[in-house]
Amino acid sequence: MLNYFENNNNMLALTGAEAAAEAMKQIEPGVVPIYPITPQTPIIEKFAAYVAKGKVNSELITAESEHSVMSAAIGAAAAGSRAMTATSSVGLALMYEMLNIASGMRLPIVMNVANRALSAPINIHCDHSDTMGVRESGWIQIYCETAQEAYDNTILAVKLAEHKKVLLPVIVTQDGFITSHLMEKVETVADDKVRKFVGNYHYPYSLFDSSKKLTFGSLMLPNYFFEAKVAQFQAMENARKIYKQVAADWETIAGRKCSEIENYLVDNKTEAVIITMSAGAGTAKELAKELNDRGYKVGVVKIKLFRPFPYEELRATIKNIDNIAVLDRTLSFGSIPPLYSEVVQTLSMETRRHPTSKEQNRKQKIQSYVFGLGGRDLREKDVEGVYADLLSNKFSSETKFLNLNIQ
Amino acid sequence: MKANILPGGVIMEGGNSIANKTGGWSARNAEIDQKKCIKCHQCVLYCPEGCIEIEKGGKNVKVNADFCKGCMVCAVECPAKAITMKS
Repeated sequence: MLNYFENNNNMLALTGAEAAAEAMKQIEPGVVPIYPITPQTPIIEKFAAYVAKGKVNSELITAESEHSVMSAAIGAAAAGSRAMTATSSVGLALMYEMLNIASGMRLPIVMNVANRALSAPINIHCDHSDTMGVRESGWIQIYCETAQEAYDNTILAVKLAEHKKVLLPVIVTQDGFITSHLMEKVETVADDKVRKFVGNYHYPYSLFDSSKKLTFGSLMLPNYFFEAKVAQFQAMENARKIYKQVAADWETIAGRKCSEIENYLVDNKTEAVIITMSAGAGTAKELAKELNDRGYKVGVVKIKLFRPFPYEELRATIKNIDNIAVLDRTLSFGSIPPLYSEVVQTLSMETRRHPTSKEQNRKQKIQSYVFGLGGRDLREKDVEGVYADLLSNKFSSETKFLNLNIQ
Repeated sequence: MKANILPGGVIMEGGNSIANKTGGWSARNAEIDQKKCIKCHQCVLYCPEGCIEIEKGGKNVKVNADFCKGCMVCAVECPAKAITMKS
């Protein structure tokens, strides 16, 4: 324990929401427009308390809707201020128009999300339909399993967003209630180290620079629009490399790895693997450990960075594993679930790139599962069933549903 | 055409929307009959483009065809029915 005091780190008991608010306090953004929505509310509640107590000098704007929250964040970021906020579910959906404007205007806003199901039926519990619904909005997306990850990734996201080769907004998301309201051990870094890591916000085209007149959000017709969008696409591609740099920098300060994907008990001998995201990975890891102790070679791969999707890193991890299950926490109506779709893409890219390679002849089998919609539990016996399917060669082209009462 | 575009389409100058002559979008432009016009200037207030101007030093109004999108708001609102849409 002494060690933590020596390096000025603190060990705290925080919920996921409090961990995100703690990171925001240390970052001390210039402007924080807010609107409450379950289960994100404790993030802004905690942060508003820091503002009220004078612990941070951030300008808190209590807007009348999430659409206005994102509009205010866009204005603040364009004016040259660091802007952060938080939302959930239908709040994120109401922001949709402004999300695309934030990314299109290349404004590095960082937003915490506590995942919650989209209505209808109305439900306040966790699934990933909200953030998965905005996965093509041009925001970088980082999914967190624990309060610790919510803390680390919020700080890391600021640096990633503001890098001059990126200049894109970032969503840092954690599972609503499961992570946001559950208290865990979180190791935080000293305020001054965090402040030094994120540095001062310097947007290259600030509206507040009175020496230069600028036009923001201008009209772009067919003669220029395509170029602007390809430049935005390129920035997202740049984010792959910059993420590695930023994560490495943060590792030297915090001593924790923040890689794009986390491999748990995955090595050359792994026979079956579950690929999933966020808190569901916790249950899967617990059971994988138990099964390994009983002699089964099974592992878990947790995807943390979903946009840009880490195709190369995932391919390198799963290239020697024959039996793959993908556990999505959302449905894609009329299609296949989004994470499953990305994993299938990862495998097929390799085949297309090297049509004659041995890997093409590998018989990798992949099964799609959907779990936990609207906060339905992912039980250990569900995960055990998935591993049992994988190891007994029970594959189907249909998506299977875990812990569903009516089949 | 070589396009050099700054991130987010920022333009390094201000007040440039005047370069975008939106009048070309309209099929028909507003035309004011000065004899019927009662100089109430309602059209000036209603025009969403702000393209109906009051003559300097006078009371007559005139439509700037460079920016009239032909929305007909002025023609509908004019109490003297002095505005018609002409192609």
